[in-house]
Amino acid sequence: MSQRGAEAGAEQAAASARRRVEAVWRIESARIVATLTRVTGDFGLAEDLAQEALLDALAQWPRDGVPANPGAWLTAVAKRRAIDLWRRRERLDARLAAIAHDLEEGQRRDPEAAPWDPDEIQDDVLRLVFIACHPVLSREAQVALTLRVVGGLTSEEIGRAFMIPTATVQQRIVRAKRTLAAAHVPVESPPREEHRERLASVLGVVYLIFNEGYAATSGPDWMRPELALEAVRLARVLASLVPGESEVHGLLALLELQSSRFAARVTREGEPVLLGDQDRRRWDRGAIARGRAALARADALGRGRGAFALQAGIAECHAVAASTASTDWEQIVVLYEALGRIAPSPVVELNRAVAVSMATGPASALRIVEELERDGSLAGTAMLPSVRGELLAQLGRREEAVDALAEAARRVGNERERDVLLGKVRALEEGAR
Amino acid sequence: MKYMLIMRQPAEVELPADLDFTAIVNAMGAYNESLMEAGVLLAGEGLAPAEEGLVIDFEQTPPLVTDGPYGEVKELFNGFWIIQTATREEAVEWAKRCPLGPGMKLELRRVTETEEFDQENEYVQKEYGWREQLGTDKPVGA
Repeated sequence: MSQRGAEAGAEQAAASARRRVEAVWRIESARIVATLTRVTGDFGLAEDLAQEALLDALAQWPRDGVPANPGAWLTAVAKRRAIDLWRRRERLDARLAAIAHDLEEGQRRDPEAAPWDPDEIQDDVLRLVFIACHPVLSREAQVALTLRVVGGLTSEEIGRAFMIPTATVQQRIVRAKRTLAAAHVPVESPPREEHRERLASVLGVVYLIFNEGYAATSGPDWMRPELALEAVRLARVLASLVPGESEVHGLLALLELQSSRFAARVTREGEPVLLGDQDRRRWDRGAIARGRAALARADALGRGRGAFALQAGIAECHAVAASTASTDWEQIVVLYEALGRIAPSPVVELNRAVAVSMATGPASALRIVEELERDGSLAGTAMLPSVRGELLAQLGRREEAVDALAEAARRVGNERERDVLLGKVRALEEGAR
Repeated sequence: MKYMLIMRQPAEVELPADLDFTAIVNAMGAYNESLMEAGVLLAGEGLAPAEEGLVIDFEQTPPLVTDGPYGEVKELFNGFWIIQTATREEAVEWAKRCPLGPGMKLELRRVTETEEFDQENEYVQKEYGWREQLGTDKPVGA
């Protein structure tokens, strides 16, 4: 083999070992950070230690091979670093000395044993989720921290997913940890009475991650399915952590049902395909079945549907319909009305307008849109003129429709979406000739 | 990406008489639970003992039906999981955590997407319809 060939081979081996370390990390990191947080009582420190253990793995495993129990290996390395750190800082007070002693004892007895207690670990992971989505953090920081410590993504992977530099992700995480420390956020789970509110914040973060993948807000791609699928996985993790909370199942149902359309939402050339034009035979029936099962679990808890479950109900109406025409639009209107009552928002109102146009025609829908325009809360967005243009086109008011759709195209940030709107404008103009 | 983990057991492997079946069920249950809690498990089934099975052998026409997977069969197929992971390496790491003993094997196969086949083919087109009818996300046999 030539020198260059040998080098390329070594590089390939290193890359493959690195992918293996990343795969192990994805599986183990939440439990490692969660365990270290409980043991040390310090989330920021736990995250640092886990990251240092990951760096050790990246240096050693490609050379020495992956250990038999990689989770135990990483946890042991992180714990050893904790003990070293406390010794170095000469802060080994009675409490830390006791923890250090326990850690050393545990490692000496059985270094390859499962590094966490199966009865405790679910509580530990849930606590970790609450810390990562703590209300003192900005949404950006919550997203980065959740993907890193709960999802087990590396900063590089998060950067790729959001198309931001790795250094930016790292800065966000460092700042987030400082914010948590400055606010003296305790490592305990929130008190029972705050539970539901805090959980709502967690669900919001997962939903945001999904949406960033499902409808990319910027860049050349209409969607980034890997990011959306990571959000679906996180929702499944949450459903197993808090199975008694109906909105967790509602969120999971919504994400499974939305993701069932991935294959049909985009052409081979990357052009978006709108719901009405999608080849429904290409919807993922397994994802639809999982989504409907999750919605049934939410309903079975018997406390009525929350905002996510209502949206899942709307997605279910689409998922079970053979075509746009045979969709139960009246049921969708009812669900949007219910959603508007518990989570009023102009976006929900606009979606209700679209459903009304399908159930009873464009004229009554246009009245809702005009009401929204007077209200002004969606001013400057592409959504409002886009729907308005559609409705005007259906009513045969072609020139006004062209103006509205062109306006929407000027406002939209996603290139693929703009092409679709401009295509509609061209079609209307050609129809006029 | 979706992967199928196929549990295989060489036909000549005899299970010891004093096998602790409860321990096996517990270990497998804990494994399944960890797949659930990690949000990667989509489906999984275990298969009844091979003695109940039949083999349809296409060596001759019409095919010969025999009791049990004997004769040429060297490995028994005991069950499967379908998992969804971001990378192949992650699927391998999950497979390695499966509590199987010596002699047993786990085969890892990627589940194909229908989009990978010739889209103009009449049957590929029909498969989309079958998927809908059967409520499966994959065509049977793919």
